[in-house]
Amino acid sequence: MAERATLEELVRLQGERVRGLKQQKASAEQIEEEVAKLLKLKAQLGPDEGKQKFVLKTPKGTRDYSPRQMAIREKVFDVIISCFKRHGAEVIDTPVFELKETLTGKYGEDSKLIYDLKDQGGELLSLRYDLTVPFARYLAMNKLTNIKRYHIAKVYRRDNPAMTRGRYREFYQCDFDIAGQFDPMIPDAECLKIMCEILSSLQIGDFLVKVNDRRILDGMFAICGVPDSKFRTICSSVDKLDKVSWEEVKNEMVGEKGLTPEVADHIGDYVQQHGGVSLVEQLLQDPKLSQNKQALEGLEDLKLLFEYLTLFGIADKISFDLSLARGLDYYTGVIYEAVLLQTPVRPGEEPLGVGSVAAGGRYDGLVGMFDPKGRKVPCVGLSIGVERIFSIVEQRLEALEEKVRTTETQVLVASAQKRLLEERLKLVSELWDAGIKAELLYKKNPKLLNQLQYCEEAGIPLVAIIGEQELKDGVIKLRSVASREEVDVRREDLVEEIKRRTSPALCIC
Amino acid sequence: MAERATLEELVRLQGERVRGLKQQKASAEQIEEEVAKLLKLKAQLGPDEGKQKFVLKTPKGTRDYSPRQMAIREKVFDVIISCFKRHGAEVIDTPVFELKETLTGKYGEDSKLIYDLKDQGGELLSLRYDLTVPFARYLAMNKLTNIKRYHIAKVYRRDNPAMTRGRYREFYQCDFDIAGQFDPMIPDAECLKIMCEILSSLQIGDFLVKVNDRRILDGMFAICGVPDSKFRTICSSVDKLDKVSWEEVKNEMVGEKGLTPEVADHIGDYVQQHGGVSLVEQLLQDPKLSQNKQALEGLEDLKLLFEYLTLFGIADKISFDLSLARGLDYYTGVIYEAVLLQTPVRPGEEPLGVGSVAAGGRYDGLVGMFDPKGRKVPCVGLSIGVERIFSIVEQRLEAELLYKKNPKLLNQLQYCEEAGIPLVAIIGEQELKDGVIKLRSVASREEVDVRREDLVEEIKRRTSPALCIC
Repeated sequence: MAERATLEELVRLQGERVRGLKQQKASAEQIEEEVAKLLKLKAQLGPDEGKQKFVLKTPKGTRDYSPRQMAIREKVFDVIISCFKRHGAEVIDTPVFELKETLTGKYGEDSKLIYDLKDQGGELLSLRYDLTVPFARYLAMNKLTNIKRYHIAKVYRRDNPAMTRGRYREFYQCDFDIAGQFDPMIPDAECLKIMCEILSSLQIGDFLVKVNDRRILDGMFAICGVPDSKFRTICSSVDKLDKVSWEEVKNEMVGEKGLTPEVADHIGDYVQQHGGVSLVEQLLQDPKLSQNKQALEGLEDLKLLFEYLTLFGIADKISFDLSLARGLDYYTGVIYEAVLLQTPVRPGEEPLGVGSVAAGGRYDGLVGMFDPKGRKVPCVGLSIGVERIFSIVEQRLEALEEKVRTTETQVLVASAQKRLLEERLKLVSELWDAGIKAELLYKKNPKLLNQLQYCEEAGIPLVAIIGEQELKDGVIKLRSVASREEVDVRREDLVEEIKRRTSPALCIC
Repeated sequence: MAERATLEELVRLQGERVRGLKQQKASAEQIEEEVAKLLKLKAQLGPDEGKQKFVLKTPKGTRDYSPRQMAIREKVFDVIISCFKRHGAEVIDTPVFELKETLTGKYGEDSKLIYDLKDQGGELLSLRYDLTVPFARYLAMNKLTNIKRYHIAKVYRRDNPAMTRGRYREFYQCDFDIAGQFDPMIPDAECLKIMCEILSSLQIGDFLVKVNDRRILDGMFAICGVPDSKFRTICSSVDKLDKVSWEEVKNEMVGEKGLTPEVADHIGDYVQQHGGVSLVEQLLQDPKLSQNKQALEGLEDLKLLFEYLTLFGIADKISFDLSLARGLDYYTGVIYEAVLLQTPVRPGEEPLGVGSVAAGGRYDGLVGMFDPKGRKVPCVGLSIGVERIFSIVEQRLEAELLYKKNPKLLNQLQYCEEAGIPLVAIIGEQELKDGVIKLRSVASREEVDVRREDLVEEIKRRTSPALCIC
């Protein structure tokens, strides 16, 4: 113990020596030498020492939400939730972890990214990876055959930082899904309508929704000569077309994935195409594609979808894009992805998509995996990529230098003189009881200037100032923080006056 | 593979035989014999077989929230959040798990209830056990010296089911805390005001808020002759006074925890007392208690607290109760607990407290445990026990929501009645030609043709909260 104490003292002294040398701007060599000595001493203390005793960080890939970030998050969720509600969706919630077995075998290669809980003698558990599998489990467990539900919650993925720099391991998903056997394409169209309403309301710029169909992809690859076994890997090459050129994609398919140049070219004839319903019509006339049963089904459904989207007034935002070949295995029909558009540099050019903010599709086989009798419940849904939207909104507010209030307080109850704490407590309590959002400083005798400054920093628009003379006269001085104007208000009229001045319609503080 | 298929077929056939015998009401012996054969066959299939292939349950101690439960939850949270906002609180959120080190050493014996994550080669993590320790970590990490914040989120505890039947392992906490060095008892009083506002607004019945102080408890035990080492264990006996009689508590303290009957009686003289500010005044005059420095501090602060509570209009809901000796170690000053009251059976009797729905207190030492320099940030706060409130509200609601999806008009109208939808906009071919929509009031059954371009305005007018003329 004494030895350790001596060592710790030596470390401390050596540390001071290094700091001293740096302050005196000693030579780099000298500093390096003394630093080396310091590190050697620290090493002698043992591996756990020298490390921060106080753990002041969140786990890797996770973060706290500060009040400012929560204010932004709340605004974004309000828009999204009010849209889901407008479409008659119910809301559910599920536990943060599921039985490990529930998640096993649902995510393919991504299964290695699942967070497991330690085996502490009970059930084996894992943190949920998305909200779709819990949804399917919920449907099967409750034997539901139809529901329209939304679910907003955090999900967990142990992303490898080297691969996906900047990605969070804990992040929000906002899912909306319609489960049930219905007449074709109506719920699918409503999902796209919802996506467009949300992205418009959020005012984060122009966007485009790309639409494709799993059956069209399958059929297209089949007639081009892609072997079934290469389906997924060719899908993932094709999906890169939104980021890289066709030349690069073709090289990857031929050079790395073993397709012949002819097959690749054949694919290229199709996947470089995008357009509106006219492209659907054109492909329905395509001699090869229309001979493929799957592709034909997909094209007919897309044609119907476009009719509904036109009635919904959003057809101009939708692009049938044959290069859309997203991720998950469980899609069985229509798939879609919304991207934000960057204004083109040169006029006349097409806008550049700069990243997906929402996506979804139809997945008719998932619930059947959970049902003991394999009963299928067809589903179609969408997921909003809110984390991306949070940072876009945050950037936008910073650029506009718009102040984001983190509280909703309408009035600060203040006093300019001493010994008025009791009166402040009485008044603030009256205001709370009347539903007014009010605060007071937790000081017996605060200075008026400090109280005013508190209001400026927090964005509180009004101050109700108590003074001895005013108390005798039965009035409160109501001051506007912005204009600095003060007016005497009768105590019994105060609540009404505060409400009037802070009502959103008027905004006359 | 073929062997397995044969085995599976044998299992299936044997299962059918057992079912058949049961249907025919064969003798118990015969059924037992055939069941034994069935189990033997299943065992041959291997340990993983015969088990439910389809996992259709949530983990033990957790549950889904159905739409109905979510509607209740949303209403309850709305009341709570609007109260927190009315008092100028900001809101934060923290990750569902913390570094294991962050939670270590903060929960005493309860540490064994923490859920750990598997060591998958990275940091060692644990699911948060409460929202208070993450709050202290947040304050220290951001070097904040004052903040008024609320946080509503789920926490995780591996409760032993034998001990706490019916308790959830994943459940919501609604915390409100004021951190910072301020003039005494003002934030403490505001916490109690918030607790009362919330419990009143939720309309779940009459309630009482018991208040005590850690320093008064410490001082009281000291002057009664309780050894320091027995403090916690005597606290937990005393805390039972809300559920069992003084006789039982005394027996436990003397018989199990080694106090002398005299010391126990001495404690009894104090802890059976509860009242308003007059009890505080009385104890300030108590010759022994007022000589104890700690108890005196606590009593003076409670006196000041009662003054503020009177100005806040809630003194009639507060009871200074010397038997309140709750849980956690980290409280350093005032402690409080709100209980719902059951109407007494016989008039004139005192109402019986039937369970805690909110609690809190002052904890001045916690943040200092996280700060490298040990800088203290005094805190006072409260936690609302929403899970209890959810089930109370659920019990009180009579409405059942049915969901039918059938295009017949009658069923569509029935759907409206059951879901509480006030209006129906009915589309018909003739009306389409005429450019109108038939708007029907579900309650009055009156229908009127509304021009399509006027429909939105008319719906808004009829469903505006002020008018309510559906």
